[in-house]
Amino acid sequence: MTPPGSLLTARDLRKAYGPTTALDGADFSVHPGEVVAVMGPSGSGKSTLLHCLAGIVTPDSGSITYDGRELTAMNDARRSALRRTDFGFVFQFGQLVPELTCAENVALPLRLNGTPRKEAAATALDFMRRLEVDDLAAKRPGEVSGGQGQRVAVARALVTTPRVLFADEPTGALDSLNGERVMELLTEAARATHAAVVLVTHEARVAAYSDREIVVRDGRSRDMERAV
Amino acid sequence: MSIGHTLLGLLESGPRHGYDLKRAFDEKFGHDRPLHYGQVYSTMSRLLKNGLVEVDGIEPGGGPERKRYAITEAGVTDVQQWLATPEKPEPYLQSTLYTKVVLALLTHRDAADILDTQRAEHLRMMRILTDRKRKGDLADQLICDHALFHLEADLRWLELTAARLDKLREAVVR
Repeated sequence: MTPPGSLLTARDLRKAYGPTTALDGADFSVHPGEVVAVMGPSGSGKSTLLHCLAGIVTPDSGSITYDGRELTAMNDARRSALRRTDFGFVFQFGQLVPELTCAENVALPLRLNGTPRKEAAATALDFMRRLEVDDLAAKRPGEVSGGQGQRVAVARALVTTPRVLFADEPTGALDSLNGERVMELLTEAARATHAAVVLVTHEARVAAYSDREIVVRDGRSRDMERAV
Repeated sequence: MSIGHTLLGLLESGPRHGYDLKRAFDEKFGHDRPLHYGQVYSTMSRLLKNGLVEVDGIEPGGGPERKRYAITEAGVTDVQQWLATPEKPEPYLQSTLYTKVVLALLTHRDAADILDTQRAEHLRMMRILTDRKRKGDLADQLICDHALFHLEADLRWLELTAARLDKLREAVVR
């Protein structure tokens, strides 16, 4: 059953890679505009959960409902389209395109969606301002620091105003000051655009920026709000 | 925290009245626990008795709040010594949480559940501090960071213990 008002819900997800069980009956739900941290030790299945929720990996069984639609029943093309239009992604390493400037990197998802160049550039700059990296517009990723690059990556992930932002250890490669700045700006920008955030992290200080946490252990999830 | 040393330290920049000292203390260090006037005056009379401060002037009207205090040479030496002495690191060897976990194992209750519940409570507090830090000034940020790092250390212990529960069960249930 989908919790009322939930944007993205997973029920009883199971996924095995050969003999290794990654998910063993995991549940999840996130509401619009909510930041949910997915926590747990390495190898607990939290990244697999994120990949299933984002439609990157298909679970062996279980259901994932996004905005009333069953994600597991969609074909690949439909799921890819959804990832482009409704979902945004931030990973541990920014994965910016090194040949493009920071502004071109941020504008890229809009250009791929067919937004005219000028409009895409203006929107990109707006999001770079929110992430306080607008002064880096003309620089290439190789010329900016790790923390700056990660903020550019967050701007790129949010530029299409996705309804869900998936962030997989977004501060994992940063020191704590830079990591916290990224989290502050990421959550502020996401809240301003009403994006839900699925935040995978093993760091409590990063999880403290969330509204709620789910703990994954041995492929099973536990919603800590309901536990307390 | 040693209130006496802190008030002495605040006096080093110049003489102050008792109410002025309280205000300076509350502003800089008393975010959660402001001083009572009674605490200030009892501390000042002790410092006075020990020769670490002297009365620099008394305004007409009487009452303790009329006195202006100044630090003495002995007072400055005392502050210097206090600042130079490292605080004793607190090893927290008698953790209530450890006791709870062991008791849960001994009585065949769910120890993982205790750890998970505690983790949620810690994170709840960390969220409050993170929010306060976000809205606060640099002083607030540093105070909250101190608390956040300690809570984070607890959480790491919770994680590690959760991962070792089976071994711990073997060790304690004999």
